[in-house]
Amino acid sequence: MRHIIAVLLENEAGALSRVAGLFSARGYNIESLTVAPTDDPTLSRMTLVTTGSEEIVEQIKKQLNKLIDTVKLLDLSDGPHIEREMMMIKVRAERPDREELKRLTEIFRAKIIDVTETSYVIELTGASKKLDAFIDAVPEGLLIEVVRSGPTGITRGEKGLTL
Amino acid sequence: MTLTQAEPHVMAADSGMILSGAEIVVQALLDEGVELVFGYPGGSVLHIYDALFKRGGVRHILVRHEQGAAHAADGYARATGKCGVCLVTSGPGATNAVTGIATAYMDSIPLVVLTGQVPTPVIGSDAFQEVDTVGITRPCVKHNFLVKDVRDLAVTIRKAFHIATTGRPGPVVVDIPKDVTDPNIKIPYHYPREIRLRSYNPVEKGHPGQIRKAVDLMLQATRPVFYTGGGVVLGEGSAQLTELVRTSGFPITSTLMGLGAFPSTDNQFLGMLGMHGTYEANMAMHEADLLIAVGARFDDRVTGKIADFCPQAKIIHIDVDPSSISKNVRVDVPIVGQVAGVLTDMLRLYQTQKPQPDPSPVADWWAKIADWRRLDCLHYDRASAAIKPQFAVETLYNVTNGELYLTSDVGQHQMFAAQFYPFTKPRRWINSGGLGTMGFGLPAAMGVQLAFPDAQVACVSGEASILMCIQELATCKQYSLPIKVILLNNGYMGMVRQWQELFYESRYSHSYVDALPDFVKLAESFGHIGMRVDQPADLEGAMREAFALKDRFVFLDVVVDPTENVYPMIVAGKGHHEMHLSPSLTERELA
Ligand SMILES: Cc1ncc(C[n+]2csc(CCOP(=O)(O)OP(=O)(O)O)c2C)c(N)n1
Ligand SMILES: [Mg+2]
Repeated sequence: MRHIIAVLLENEAGALSRVAGLFSARGYNIESLTVAPTDDPTLSRMTLVTTGSEEIVEQIKKQLNKLIDTVKLLDLSDGPHIEREMMMIKVRAERPDREELKRLTEIFRAKIIDVTETSYVIELTGASKKLDAFIDAVPEGLLIEVVRSGPTGITRGEKGLTL
Repeated sequence: MTLTQAEPHVMAADSGMILSGAEIVVQALLDEGVELVFGYPGGSVLHIYDALFKRGGVRHILVRHEQGAAHAADGYARATGKCGVCLVTSGPGATNAVTGIATAYMDSIPLVVLTGQVPTPVIGSDAFQEVDTVGITRPCVKHNFLVKDVRDLAVTIRKAFHIATTGRPGPVVVDIPKDVTDPNIKIPYHYPREIRLRSYNPVEKGHPGQIRKAVDLMLQATRPVFYTGGGVVLGEGSAQLTELVRTSGFPITSTLMGLGAFPSTDNQFLGMLGMHGTYEANMAMHEADLLIAVGARFDDRVTGKIADFCPQAKIIHIDVDPSSISKNVRVDVPIVGQVAGVLTDMLRLYQTQKPQPDPSPVADWWAKIADWRRLDCLHYDRASAAIKPQFAVETLYNVTNGELYLTSDVGQHQMFAAQFYPFTKPRRWINSGGLGTMGFGLPAAMGVQLAFPDAQVACVSGEASILMCIQELATCKQYSLPIKVILLNNGYMGMVRQWQELFYESRYSHSYVDALPDFVKLAESFGHIGMRVDQPADLEGAMREAFALKDRFVFLDVVVDPTENVYPMIVAGKGHHEMHLSPSLTERELA
C-alpha cells in the first residue's frame, strides 16, 4: 500500500540526512520526499511517500518517531486528506503543435509560464495522478523535460498537524 | 595515578563562572557527576586536555587505542548502570572509536562520546584529520550533535547525557570543533539541571489496559514461558522479574544479554535460548502456549526461523522502545514502558487475582520440561585428556564462587562462558551480543575494574579475539588493574572453524591462528604475570593461584581441546525444535 506521511522535524542541520539514512539503512522504499521550513522557523515539515505492507509501514512510522529530531508525525493516508504535487514540464512547441498544447493546458488548468520560438514551459499543480495523465497526454515526441516536486499533503477539516 | 595536579574545583553549576569551551567541557562532566573519562589525546582536543590538566577533578584513563576507550566506557556503563564517557580526537581518533560506538549501540548501552573536530572555518575543506564524524556515526548512535557555537556547548552536553541514559539507552556523540574550545574565548557558564526536549519523550508507564490483558493471559496459560533479555538488566527490572517469575511459578529462559537478571542457579531457569541455547529452553519456546517477552528484541539468533517461532503461543511483549514491538514477530499484547514499572504493575494485579500460589495449572508443563532436561544437552566429555573449554569455565565458576564480573569476546569461548557460568546477579555478564565485536572483552574489563576496584573481574577470551585489543595490556599496567584474562586457547578461530566443519566439509579456510605469540612472555613484557596450563589436573590450582594474586593482572593461557564445538546448535534458518545436539549424546538419548 502507498502511504503519504507528514513529519514535523526540528529544523536542525542533519535532520534530513537522518531520515534519508534511516530509509536506506533499513531498506525501506521511498518514492518521494519533500522538505521545507514552516511558519515556525524552528520546525521543518517533511512529506514522504512510501510503499510497503502494513507491518513495514508501521515500522517505518515507529522508526521515524524514534528519531530524536522528529517532533510529530502523521500518516495522512489514515484519514481524509488533500494531496498536491507541482510539476514544470518543458515541451517542444513549434507552430503546428502550439494549438494542441494550449488546449491541453486549458483542459488540465495548467499554465504556460515560459515561451520561446520553439518551446513552452507548462506549470501544473494537482494530485500526482493528474500529473501523470498530463504527461501521457503530451503528443509523442514533444516532451523535453519533466520536473516534479513530489507530493505534499494536508488533512481535511479543522484539525492540523501542528504543535 | 592521574596526570593532573588537581586544583580545587567549584561544583556549583550556575555560579557565575566565566569559562572557555574547553573548561566548559570539563565542568559539565563534573556537574554530570562523571567519575571516569576514557580517552586518547590529539590535535583537535588539546584545549580540552589542557583544561583537564589545569582544572582537575575528572579522572582520565589513557587507553592505547580509541576502540579501547569506547569499549572501556561501555564496560563501565554495563557494570554500573551509569553513563560511560570517552574523549577522542578528530579523524582517526573518531574512526577508531566507531567500532566501540556501534557495539554500544547494538546493545543499547548509554555512552557519551566527545570527539574533537577541525575548527569550524575549515570544516568541509578536507582539512588535516577531518572526517564527517556526525555522518559516519549517524547509523550507529542514538543521536549525535555537532556543536558550532561555544554558547551551545553546555546545553548540548546536558542533552547528550539526557538522551543517552533515558528511554532505550544508547551512545550519543558530541562532535566539538577545536575553535569552540578556544581557551581565549570565555563565556558565562550555565549548566541546566533539567532538560526537556519537545521531540523526545520516552514512555515511562505501561498502559493499564494492556497490563490487565497480559495478566489475564497469564492466568489462563498452561504452557507459559518467560523470555527475557538485556532490557531487564538495562531497565533495572531484575528484582521485579524475579518476584513475578517466582510468584507465577512459570519457567524462564533468557537471551545472551539477559543472563543474570534472574538467577541462573534457580530451578525455574531453563538456561539460555536461541542458537546455542539449551534443549529445554528451545523446546519450551516451541511448545509454549504463552510467551512473556520482557526487554528482549526477537533477534534472529534467538528466534531461528520466524515462520516456526513459537507456533502455538500468544505473545506478550514488554519493551521501552515501541519500534522493538512487532518488528520481527507479531505480538498479541504489546506493552510499551519501563520494564521495572510494568513488571511491578503486573505482579500486583496477578496477586490480587491469585492470592495463593497454585502450581497445578503448570504441573504437566513442568513434567514435560523435566523430560527435556533429562537429555542433559550440555553434556561434554569429562574424561578428556585435553582440557575441555566447558571444564575450564566450570572450574572458573567454582574457583570464583560465581561472584565474578565476567567479560568476554566473541566466539566459542563466549558461548561456553554463557552456558557454563551461571550468573545470579544482573550486570555481571558483560559481552558484545548484538554486534559481536571481537576485541571487546579486555577493554570492557578495564571499565569494570575501574568502576569496582575491589571486585573480581575476569575476561574469558580466545586467542584470536584477545589480539584485537591486546595493546590495552599497557593501560592495565599503567592503572594497576588486577584483571584476570582466562584465555581459552584452542589455536583456531573456533567458532569459524565450527561452521566450516559443519557447513563447508571441514575446509578450514583461514581460521587457523598461525604464528601466535607466547602469551606468557607477552604478558610479562607488559609487566604482568603470565601463566600457562595444558593439563586438566593443573587447571584449578592455576586458577586459584591467579585469583590469589589480588593486586596483579594475570594472563592465564589455558590450552584447550582444539576440536570442541558448541552445542546445542540451531543452524541459521531452522526452528527451535530442529537443534543439532552434541555427538557425545547417543541416539537413544535423543529419542
Ligand atoms: C571484529 C570481528 N571480526 C570477525 C568476527 C567473526 N568471528 C566471530 S567468532 C570468530 C573467531 C574467534 O576466535 P577466538 O577468539 O579464538 O575464539 P574461539 O571461537 O576460538 O573461542 C570470528 C573471526 C567478529 N565477530 N568480530
Ligand atoms: Mg580460538
